[in-house]
Amino acid sequence: MLNPIEWSSGPDGEIPFGTPFPFSVPFALASPESPGLYLEGVRRIKERGGRLVSLWGSWTSGADPAVLAAFSDAEGLLLYRFRLSADDRSFPSIAFLFPLANRLERAVRDLYGWDPAGLSDQRPWLDHGLWDGPPMVPQDASFQRSPEGADSPQEEYPFVRVEGEGVHEIPVGPIHAGIIEPGHFRFQVVGEKLLRMEERFGFAHKGVRTLFRNRSVSDAARLAGRVSGDSAVAFQTAFSDAVEVATGSPPPRRALWIRSILLERERIANHLGDLGALGNDAGFGFGSVQFGRLKEEFLRTNARIFGHRYLMDTVVPGGVAGDLGRQELALLREECARTKSDVLELKTIYDEHGGLQDRFSGTGWLDPMLAGRWGLGGVAGRASGQMYDLRHSHPVPPYDQVHVPVSISRLGDVSARVQVRFQEVRHSLSFLDSVLEALPEGPFFIQPEETFSPFEGVGWVEGWRGEVLCWVRLGSGGTVLDAHCHDPSWLLWPALEQTVPGNLVADFPLINKSFNLSYSGHDL
Amino acid sequence: MHKILLKIFRTGTLTEPLPEPGPPVKPCPLVRGSLAVRHVDAGSCNACELELHAFTQAFYAPESIGIRFVASPRHADVLLVTGPVTLAMKDALRAAHEAMPDPRYVIALGDCACNGGIFRGSYAVSGGVPEVIPVDGQIPGCPPEPKRILAYLEQLVSAENKD
Repeated sequence: MLNPIEWSSGPDGEIPFGTPFPFSVPFALASPESPGLYLEGVRRIKERGGRLVSLWGSWTSGADPAVLAAFSDAEGLLLYRFRLSADDRSFPSIAFLFPLANRLERAVRDLYGWDPAGLSDQRPWLDHGLWDGPPMVPQDASFQRSPEGADSPQEEYPFVRVEGEGVHEIPVGPIHAGIIEPGHFRFQVVGEKLLRMEERFGFAHKGVRTLFRNRSVSDAARLAGRVSGDSAVAFQTAFSDAVEVATGSPPPRRALWIRSILLERERIANHLGDLGALGNDAGFGFGSVQFGRLKEEFLRTNARIFGHRYLMDTVVPGGVAGDLGRQELALLREECARTKSDVLELKTIYDEHGGLQDRFSGTGWLDPMLAGRWGLGGVAGRASGQMYDLRHSHPVPPYDQVHVPVSISRLGDVSARVQVRFQEVRHSLSFLDSVLEALPEGPFFIQPEETFSPFEGVGWVEGWRGEVLCWVRLGSGGTVLDAHCHDPSWLLWPALEQTVPGNLVADFPLINKSFNLSYSGHDL
Repeated sequence: MHKILLKIFRTGTLTEPLPEPGPPVKPCPLVRGSLAVRHVDAGSCNACELELHAFTQAFYAPESIGIRFVASPRHADVLLVTGPVTLAMKDALRAAHEAMPDPRYVIALGDCACNGGIFRGSYAVSGGVPEVIPVDGQIPGCPPEPKRILAYLEQLVSAENKD
């Protein structure tokens, strides 16, 4: 049994969830009636070794305001819906159980004005004091601003300070010295040694969630593909899964297989780019040229066969946007074989390069014990010994037939994250080879059913960076009432902070690159 | 070491011939033969950054015709801006623009930078670079392919475009 609290039935007036298909990621829903029951449920998840996946608010006309929290355990995804009462706009903070909830709850406070009761951190997170009140409150809602809301313009963000002889601060950003997304890092250093680093984000906040409202499902899928450009396939797949669950329309088999091809191509392209960039950041320009070449060739093939270099708009609710002919399949397979031998050759060069390994090993160590306590997944989590990979733990077709081994390292440093990427590229290429050979026949798209009353759904996908989650609430006639896209960077940015102390200032770019987290997907 | 040299030898030259120049662009005064570009991400989805990274790679080799990315706006001829300009990036973008030496040539790169793109109308974005600082040129696309970026910048450095 997933959880002792009653399932799915929910109290009256609650918008129902679609039911998972036999082949989709299993999930269950609980709606605790009181703060006490909510905390009790979350505490039990924690005790059983569950992990926090995401936490977000939702408030649309015709539905009670609620905070939704997603957890995972061995059996699947667990969704908690805590409904806020009309007179007390607060929700119990779970950050004392799951520390990674801190920023997610602060974001809810910024966007809705609800107070996370029990959270001592009163600082805003996404809010830079530039909006007129909490922006996610529906227009027709009579809203009482919470007394401790973070809506007053913030002059200076109160970073945690380190004091002592010879300690000084280096502020970096929001504009970085390179082609990088905007964000702020505050370093406290002694000489060349880093004592502490703290992040300040929200610079890329585009108000994506309000843009989802009242869009048609297909238009919303386009938007989902632009939450984080490097994870277009992952977000579009998770969003499409969510819509399909909500409308009860399973996609055709062939579409699922083609989606896996797209997902793995996105993973390989990003890993190749990262491996090149990591070489470059360690002063090895050769790596940048060679991996840059492999990535560019992949992107060009993407444009030729799928119509977009970053595979945007290739996955749609109901299936995929285009089919693959025999010729295309042969071309993709041929490219896989070629890339495989190239990557193997470059891996040997990386492994044998003393100067490169000297920069990689021991740098930016993410403690596997911390990764375990925080339940970190994705490349960074797996490089610190965590066996989390949805393709392995909750395989949807074709991952249930063509297995992808979990790539893992226990070292936790930059070199571990490099090795995990090398392994994943190799495994993905082998996976693609098998899938391309055995692609099932049939339609690649089936129009999802229309919903005649509000319905909710959720999709959960192993993107190249980690677990991507999309939740959607559909209204009648197939329009989106509300949607939430969760990027794995939310949970991994705090881990990056933990890896910094003790390293050299000059090593930070290398450490940051080895995580390669999304600013846009986080700030939304 | 021999493996590296062998690989370099086998790979050969990747750089491709320059693309056909696109429609004429507004010239950048005082610039000839070299172009210093400062990129500012004003809240893009990061796809434009991926294309900028691809653009700096060997296939397009912008440095071979004198185009290079610089770390400070004080060294820049061109400000290359991506993203719909979020409210939180507005001041930073203005400051970067302010820090540039004249003539402060500004290019909006990608649909979002040109007019807000898919994020237009949100409470958190300005709706494109032209809403915040004066823009001299636009390279539309979601995201614009590297050869389009090259076709534009190449015209700014080439000597034929001057006088």
